[in-house]
Order: sequence, then C-alpha cells, then structure tokens
Amino acid sequence: MTPLAEALLLQAGYNAALVTIGAALLGFAAGASGTFLFLRKRALVSDAVAHATLPGVGLAFILMVSLGGDGRNLIGLLAGSAATAWIGLWLMDWITRRTRLAEDTAIGAILGVFFGAGVVLLTVIQTMSAGRQAGLESFLLGSTAGMLFQDAVVIATGGTLAVAATWLMRRPMTLVAFDSEYAAALGYDVRRIDLLIMGLVMAVTVIGLKLVGLILIVALLIIPAVTARFWTERSANVIWIAGSLGALAGYVGAVLSASVPDLPTGPIIVLVSAGLFVVSLLFSPSRGVIAALLQHRSFQARVHRRQGLLALAAQHPIRETYTLRLLTSQGLVRADGVPTEAGRAAAAKVARDERRWEIAREIHQAAGLAGRYEGLTPIEDVFTADEIAEFDRRLGPPVAVGGV
Amino acid sequence: MGTEFVQFSLSPILIGIFAAIACALPGNFLILRRQALIGDAISHVVLPGIVFAFLITGVVAAIPMLLGAAGAALLAVILIEAVKRLGNIEPGAAMGVVFTTMFAAGVLILEQTDTSAVHLDVEHALMGNLESLIWFRAEGWHSLLDPEALATLPDELFRIVTVCALVIALMLIFWRWLKIATFDENFAEALGIPAGALGFGLVVTAAIAAVAAFDAVGSIIVIAMFICPPAAARLMTNNLTHQVWWSVAFATLSASLGYVLAGYGPLWFGAHHAVSAAGMIATVSGVILGLACLLGPCRQRVGVGRGLDA
Repeated sequence: MTPLAEALLLQAGYNAALVTIGAALLGFAAGASGTFLFLRKRALVSDAVAHATLPGVGLAFILMVSLGGDGRNLIGLLAGSAATAWIGLWLMDWITRRTRLAEDTAIGAILGVFFGAGVVLLTVIQTMSAGRQAGLESFLLGSTAGMLFQDAVVIATGGTLAVAATWLMRRPMTLVAFDSEYAAALGYDVRRIDLLIMGLVMAVTVIGLKLVGLILIVALLIIPAVTARFWTERSANVIWIAGSLGALAGYVGAVLSASVPDLPTGPIIVLVSAGLFVVSLLFSPSRGVIAALLQHRSFQARVHRRQGLLALAAQHPIRETYTLRLLTSQGLVRADGVPTEAGRAAAAKVARDERRWEIAREIHQAAGLAGRYEGLTPIEDVFTADEIAEFDRRLGPPVAVGGV
Repeated sequence: MGTEFVQFSLSPILIGIFAAIACALPGNFLILRRQALIGDAISHVVLPGIVFAFLITGVVAAIPMLLGAAGAALLAVILIEAVKRLGNIEPGAAMGVVFTTMFAAGVLILEQTDTSAVHLDVEHALMGNLESLIWFRAEGWHSLLDPEALATLPDELFRIVTVCALVIALMLIFWRWLKIATFDENFAEALGIPAGALGFGLVVTAAIAAVAAFDAVGSIIVIAMFICPPAAARLMTNNLTHQVWWSVAFATLSASLGYVLAGYGPLWFGAHHAVSAAGMIATVSGVILGLACLLGPCRQRVGVGRGLDA
C-alpha cells in the first residue's frame, strides 16, 4: 500500500491513527462550537482566546519544573493555557462592558498583550536549565512529530468530550446565537450561555494547541462555520454541516501530513478547510458566486426580453444589440430587426399584460397586490383567471401588433 | 550607562520607539472606525509575503521582503473585501478566513522550501529580534556626531524612521479629511471627500507601518502597538488631537520602558539573561492600557450606549 492509502485507512501506525482520529474529532468540535461564535458575530474572539493561551503554557511549565516535575506534561500545560485563556476572556468582557472601548479593540489588545507576555515567558524558559529542550515553541504552530501516545489520547478524549458537550447544549446555544433577545425573553441567562459558548471554544483551542498550534486553531473555529453557512439557511443544520466539514478537514489534513514528509499538520488542515470554503463560495446553489452570476444573467435577460417586446409592440426599432441578439436567438425577431410571427404574438401578450396591470392597479389600489408589480412577474402568477377576465372586459378586445 | 548603552541599547530603543509610533498613529483612526483587527490580519499575512519574496528572489534581503510583505497585506485587504461582498459574510469572519489561510500557506511553503542556509523561520517572524540590532561602531555618545560611525547604524533604523516620517506626513496632510471621515462618513461624502479611498489609504498606510515595524519587532507585537497605545489614549481624552498626542506618548513609553525592563529587569532579580524585548514592550503597553481602563478620566461610555452596558 502507498503511504497515503495506509494513512487514509488508519494503518500508518498506532500514533498516526490516533492523531488522525483526534484531528477529526477536534475538527468536528471546533466546527460545531465555532458556529455559535460565527452566528453571534464574534468570530475573532477566538483569536484572542487562542493567543491568550501562550502565557499559560509558559507559566505551567515554569511551575511544574519548580515543583520538581517534568515540565512537558501535556495535561499540566493545557490546564495552564486554559487558565490564562480564561483570564483573557474575562478581561476582554470587562473592557467591553466597563469602558468605552469597542469589542474589536479589546480583542486586539488582549491578543497582542497576552502573546507578548507569553513570548517573554518563553525567553525566560529558554534560559532555565530544564528549558533548553522544552519545545514549547511547538505550541505556536502545532507539531505531531514526536507526539507521545499519552498526548494523542488526551487529544482524542478531549475532542470526544467537546463534541459531547456541544451535543448536550446545542439547543440553548443555538437559541442564543440565533436570537439572543428572544432567548432572554424565554428566560435563558444569555450571559451564562455566552460564557458556555466561550468555554467550549476555549476547550477546543486548548485541545488543539498541540495539534494545530495557537495561531491556526482560529481557522478551525471560523472557516467551517462560514463554509457551512453557504449550504443551508437553518441554524441547526449549520452546526452539523460545520462540524462535518471540520471533521473532514481534520481527517484529510492529518492523513496528508502523515503520508507526505515535511507537511506540518496544522497548516495543511487549515488549507484543506480553506479549499472547502473556496469551493462553497463558488458553487453553493443558493449563495454561491456562480449561482449569483447565473441569477443576474437570467434577470438581465428577462428585463431585456420584456423591454424588447414592448418596443416591438409600440413598433419602435430595437437598437440595443444585446436585446436584439436575445430576441433573435429566441426566434422572436429576424436578423434585420423585423418581428417574426411568434415575436408579434409575444409582443401583443406583453403589451396586453402591461395594460391589464394598469387596470389591476386601478382596481386593487389598496390591496398591495399591485404593488408587487416590477414588470417581470407574469400577471397570471398574481391574479386569478376570473380577475384577469374582468380586466380584459374593461380593456376591450385584443389588438394585433405590427399591422397584420 | 556610557559606551555600552550607546552600543547595545540606543539603536534598539530608537527602533522600538519609531516602530511603536508608526503603528500607533494609524491605530488611532482604526480604533475609532472599528477596524482595529485589520492590524491583526495584516500582521499575520506578513509572513506569507516574506516567504513568497524569498521564494522568488532566493535571498533574505530587506527590500524584496518588505515589498513581498506589503503586497501580501494589500492582497489580504482585497481578499477580505471580496469574501465579505461575494459571500455576504460579516467582516470579522471574513478576516478570520483570509488571514489564517494565508498564514497557513506561508508556514507550509516555508516548511517545504529549504531555508536552512538562511535566517528565516516562523518564530523569528513572530517575535522579532530587536536585541540584535546593535550599533557596533559606536564608542560613546560622541559617536552620534561622527558621520562615519553614524553610517554603520543598523539599516532597520533608517527604514523605520523613513516610514515613521511618511506616516506622520500622510496624517498631517489628510488630517482634516481623516477626522471628518472617521466620525461621520456620510457627512464626509456630502462634502466631497472620497471617504472610501481615504479608508483604503488608511489601511494601506497601516500595512506599510506594520511591515516596517515587523522588520524590527516581529509581527504579533505589531498588533499590540496598533491597539494598546491608541486605546489607552482614547480613555484619556475626548479630543482627537489630544488622543493622538497621548498615543504617541504611550507608544514611546511602552517601547523605552519595555526595552529597559527586558534588558536590565532580569538582572535586578538576579537572573543573568535578558528576556524578549518585543514581548516586554507589548506587555508594558498592556499594563498602560490596564491602568487607563482603571483610572483614565474618559474611560466611561457616554450617551446612548451607557445605560445598556453599565
């Protein structure tokens, strides 16, 4: 088997398999919990949380070494990172509520300052005798190389727990993310649920530190949720689609990283995720770029067709080349601009509908129905056959177009 | 505090101060326009820009790297705008998508290319190396008057001074426009001020400042300089001119105090090694912001938002 196939089927070694499963679980948890952040329009809060973990990693290392233990114990380091991430979150919340500074300023301030403090601690550790091979820099960008079996277990367990927590709390969190005022009116404690969302995001960040690194974990929280939004209009579906996309990116990324040399896990997971995003941006059936372009083209064609037919009905020459081309291709006009039989019939219909609409607007002034007329909706879509017959009675008999 | 200070500390402190000021000035406007995190995005995409420049030129030289970084920053701004408009996505999420992807691409390319022969790695890009920008030829304060010795000052100093001057000049030229467009964009447009172009120009200026500062202090610390001094200044006054002056003062204080604490602080505690100067500068700016949050005379929100959030 090729290395890629081996990794895909989880046959590339016990650790690699655990890392792959862990990455998929982490991707799912990150995608799902990131959805709540995204719907709450607070996506970049996760960036501050992630950067605020760095001083915690440093402090935990120093503390563990000074207590005589092994500074590299992953659980200890993760606990430390969670502690400072929580402090960062709390400070951010405090700055936003208690001062005039806006949330984005608070995010940026926490991010820069905590990261700076973390860098200071890392340089302190480098000068400690135990710190020479601490390898704490791997928390910046993540590293699965030389990962201990125990570390892989921590990631897989943490990922599972985060997925379970998301599942359990999905209803209140969806409610708050979707419409926090309605949630408050129903009696939910919005602030507490917000904190819960943040807690979940923090948990995902901390679990992902070793695998993806603190700079790129943000991508796992944001990109799947944004991508999922292209495929559905229902908030409950966004969560599961985002989770699945995150899991897919995590799985594929970890597999690629395990089978190709010099391919760091974090960046490749992010790039797979970004690839899914670009595909969705382009090809999503409802919100995608190509769908929007097609929709625009068809709208344009409908407007030009109608204007052209109205011109035919009024026996005006058509000078717009696009209109002429469109009508010719539909067989309504000959190349020299003279309407065909079908063209005259269509023109008569459009002109008649136009006059029917005039009558309709007179009759239904207050009904609001006539207000929906933008010139493109067929009158049959709005009024019943009886009503149209009534309009026709007022209009008199049909008049032929083009002097036939 | 004689020769040694001039040799080892003078130019890093000056570079730190000019970098901090160059970032803090545009930061004032970014904060007021709720675009504070543009600085975050820019400082992340500097890395892919530099890596790309290295891939093309094959050398680690200042000018191509600065150009690469500036190009990446511009590309990021355009991509963020494109994602925002095409996908109808809120700005924060659009930013998060774009800068993380570009950063990941930068790291990946860096890992795939052989850069073992040159000094180019992610940690350096993130953390900077302010301490290494020393002035070898200095023999004391009198070297400041010696043109031959002055010519050996680190190139980074000349670059950051140039950029700082450019930022100041741009701010003075466009001061009135910036002021009006920042507080009331519609009014500015009614007056015939090209508010959209002005906003883009501001972001580009911020990018140039970030790229030049990155050269010396590393990319993540740049965010702290963009945000902390202006944010602290915002809590000190209600007048934009005063706010800009306060931010310059805070930036200068952060840079000089941060460098001194990093270089000499550990010695006071009996340690033998200095800690990261860039990190310490960011930390000091955070402490200043914290004090301003607790004590600043204008820290409270006034007007509509007050009752809601107090």
